[in-house]
Amino acid sequence: MSAAELERVAHRAVEAAASCGATDAEAWAEGSRSREVRVRNGEVESLTEASGRGVGVRAWIGTRAGYAYGTDLSDAGLGEIAEAAVGAARVADEDESSAAPDRTDDAAAAIAGLRDEAVEGTPTAEVIELARRIEQVALGRDPSVSSVEEVVYVDEDTEAAIVTSRGVAGSFASSAAYSFLQALARRDSEVQTGLGFGVGRSPGGLDADQIGAEAGDDAASMLGATKPKSRTCPVVLSDRVAASFAGFIGGALCADEVQRGRSPFADRLGDELASPALAITDDGLDPGGLASAPFDGEGTPRGRTPLVGHGKLLAYLHDSYTARRGGAASTGNAARSSYRSPPSVATSNLIVEPGERSFEQLLSDAGDGIYITEVAGLHSGVNPVTGRYSVGASGRAIRGGELAEPLREFTIAGELIGTLGAVLAVGSDSRWVPFGGSVRSSPILVGEMAIGGS
Amino acid sequence: MRLVDPEVAGRVLRSALSRGGDFAELFCEDRAGFTLSIDESRIERPQSGTERGAGIRLIDGDQTRYAHVDGLAEEDLLRAAETLAAAMSGEAAEPLALRAAEPPRLQEIEVDPAEVPAERKAEVLRELDERGRSAGSEVDQVSASYSEGRRRVAVFNSEGLAAADDRTRVRLGVQAVARRDGTVETGFETLGAHRGFELLDGDPARIAEQAARKALDLLGADPAPAGEMTVVVGGGFGGVLFHEMTGHGLEADTVQKGASVYAGKLGEKVAEPLLTASDDGRLPGEWGTGAIDDEGTPCQKTVVIEEGRITSYLYDRLRARRDGVQSTGNGRRETFRSLPIPRMTNTYIQPGDADPQEMISEVGRGFYAVSFGGGQVEPATGDFVFGVSEGYLIEGGRVTKPCRGATLIGNCLQALSRIDAVGSDFEMKTGFCGKDGQRAPVGTGQGHVRIRGMTVGGTAV
Repeated sequence: MSAAELERVAHRAVEAAASCGATDAEAWAEGSRSREVRVRNGEVESLTEASGRGVGVRAWIGTRAGYAYGTDLSDAGLGEIAEAAVGAARVADEDESSAAPDRTDDAAAAIAGLRDEAVEGTPTAEVIELARRIEQVALGRDPSVSSVEEVVYVDEDTEAAIVTSRGVAGSFASSAAYSFLQALARRDSEVQTGLGFGVGRSPGGLDADQIGAEAGDDAASMLGATKPKSRTCPVVLSDRVAASFAGFIGGALCADEVQRGRSPFADRLGDELASPALAITDDGLDPGGLASAPFDGEGTPRGRTPLVGHGKLLAYLHDSYTARRGGAASTGNAARSSYRSPPSVATSNLIVEPGERSFEQLLSDAGDGIYITEVAGLHSGVNPVTGRYSVGASGRAIRGGELAEPLREFTIAGELIGTLGAVLAVGSDSRWVPFGGSVRSSPILVGEMAIGGS
Repeated sequence: MRLVDPEVAGRVLRSALSRGGDFAELFCEDRAGFTLSIDESRIERPQSGTERGAGIRLIDGDQTRYAHVDGLAEEDLLRAAETLAAAMSGEAAEPLALRAAEPPRLQEIEVDPAEVPAERKAEVLRELDERGRSAGSEVDQVSASYSEGRRRVAVFNSEGLAAADDRTRVRLGVQAVARRDGTVETGFETLGAHRGFELLDGDPARIAEQAARKALDLLGADPAPAGEMTVVVGGGFGGVLFHEMTGHGLEADTVQKGASVYAGKLGEKVAEPLLTASDDGRLPGEWGTGAIDDEGTPCQKTVVIEEGRITSYLYDRLRARRDGVQSTGNGRRETFRSLPIPRMTNTYIQPGDADPQEMISEVGRGFYAVSFGGGQVEPATGDFVFGVSEGYLIEGGRVTKPCRGATLIGNCLQALSRIDAVGSDFEMKTGFCGKDGQRAPVGTGQGHVRIRGMTVGGTAV
């Protein structure tokens, strides 16, 4: 479906909601095509091709809001969805901050390159070759790399449109391609795993050699890993791990949790709580970020919001609801994972601003410590309300400023705000990490972290 | 009401196989759901949704091709089937005539949640809110959610199978936040089942009190200890540990990729004889239960560990064919948008004969892990980590102080071999399990289980 057709669908849905008794309504319509290839041992294990479309309707009766979604875009189907949304709104309690987002005067930004036509034009045979190449590269990195669990390649081509009863209307197209794999290295009965990944707007944006090499090297370098002694020491977080931490900080800076008192950052705006070495920005306009879009999930133009800088907590992230409730302006951070979920505040692309130290300099600054390459159990190990974390980790020892033996089966623990203050330096080489949000980060040196080992 | 006419299904399968292939399958689904929350004592976020769609799978040798579409119109289904066939270049294969679908073993639903007025669901949430808040003056916040879902599925394949299922699930979740001076703690509890609204008869609001109690207890907690010690894992939620450290490694796709520490260990002893564990998708009313899996295979009970020995892996059709065995009815998918993969249903450790009280009283110094926030395991290496959401110190054979911020870390095979007592108590709990980007409702269960020499990673370094 074209963006213009989707916009018409959204229009009809808004009209249908009004005729069911909604005082205001908003409709988000989406269409997508996607392709997934899984390769193992040079063979295609599975190939999935899909198309989908649907619409989600948010309806208001005064200050009560309800949501409904569906995949039937016929007039009858849209009528049912609209009626379900209005019916849902009748159950909600009055909430004076709840209203359809107003149209803003700011024009939505035009972002170059959100969609790369090559995503549609690249034949499946070519992306299969790309996945095979990634596997071969991983296997060739070291004799110990015995197999690759699976190379997964995915691309998506999406159009989305929004229409509201208050005059918001717009649409955009975007594309994404990504690939990841897990390589297995073996020595005697020991097995270690290594992860490699890459993201882009089309298959051409993926570097097969780099993705494969990362997984192979990662797995091989972990062979012979031992458990470190429990202690407190300097750590260097890899770009991947630093991105995970940034993601949790971004989540805790979303105004809904802050306003409900469920964030360690509540009532801390303007406080000097971070190291001046660290700057984090939410950037919904960076062409390289997969979350970039001209407007957010409720039609508000996306923007750039510095969150942490000069040692201070600078801002929270808002959608129209939290903005109204907090007497602030929306930062354009209403996110939708798809038409199946109503908008809610979330980070767009988080940027950990690169510093001036090279990776080698960070290791040298650390002296004796641990380079953390992987964390596990983040979901259960970080409490977003209290900010305390204790997660499983693996990595390499740092001795005399250089990488030494591999380490595994230990935990790192602390609390988010303390960790923000303990950052000593941020590395200069950054990359996009697509796990748990879209984050661009460099490695980070943290002065002290509690290690739980033997 | 039928999702798709079997004659249409037959035409779709024939079209999929029109240029060759060993196996074709049509999976049709109609999903409907409703969710509602309470937060700050205000009913909010009412949401309802419906989706219909189908996935068509064509297997040729070791290669799987899959296409899925929104909608169940014949032309959509045929278009998807033709896309699959277009990539093939062989002789047409003829699907076997579809057998008459066996009437699904009907789930007993006393009260269809979709027929219950939304106001009644809001009332349940208000009860939860009130009960949670009245558990103590230090309870600062209570938020709770109600969700109901109905999935109707129909599966047809080129071997003549025609099967259907109709699954209704209801679930409540509640989180309490307690505050004392600068300290904030949280507690979480759920109630869910493969049942209708009758699940909420009785006193569902008790879970709010339980969640609040957990948060309040933690206010006085000390930082968790770090080091190696004996761990007693609680019943119910404690089953997450077995789910993660053994269940995933027994799923046949992981085994066949050589990415499981349990690969090649069929028949081998991995635990003491006191350990027997099963996966059972037929347990009446349990969260992971169904009549059939998402490939049309009847759900069944599979003993995976019998008296300490591995007796079976968990199979879907594809992986069963590769190993020359029958599917164990574990081919599940989140929606029609995903390929089926081997997944657990309800996984549990069978009750043993130890008295839970004695299991604790025999421990000098140790850790009592009552429930987990979640966990993660790397099946290839067996390394795991679990966040403990409710844990206590054991001192001199008695449960003493609550601890915060504990994690359990270790290796599956080592931890399994160190289980030295299984309690006679038993409880099942509900959860969502994620794998390959697909979410599935799973049940986990056990009584108390004691593990010697486990690493507790705490903040009290």
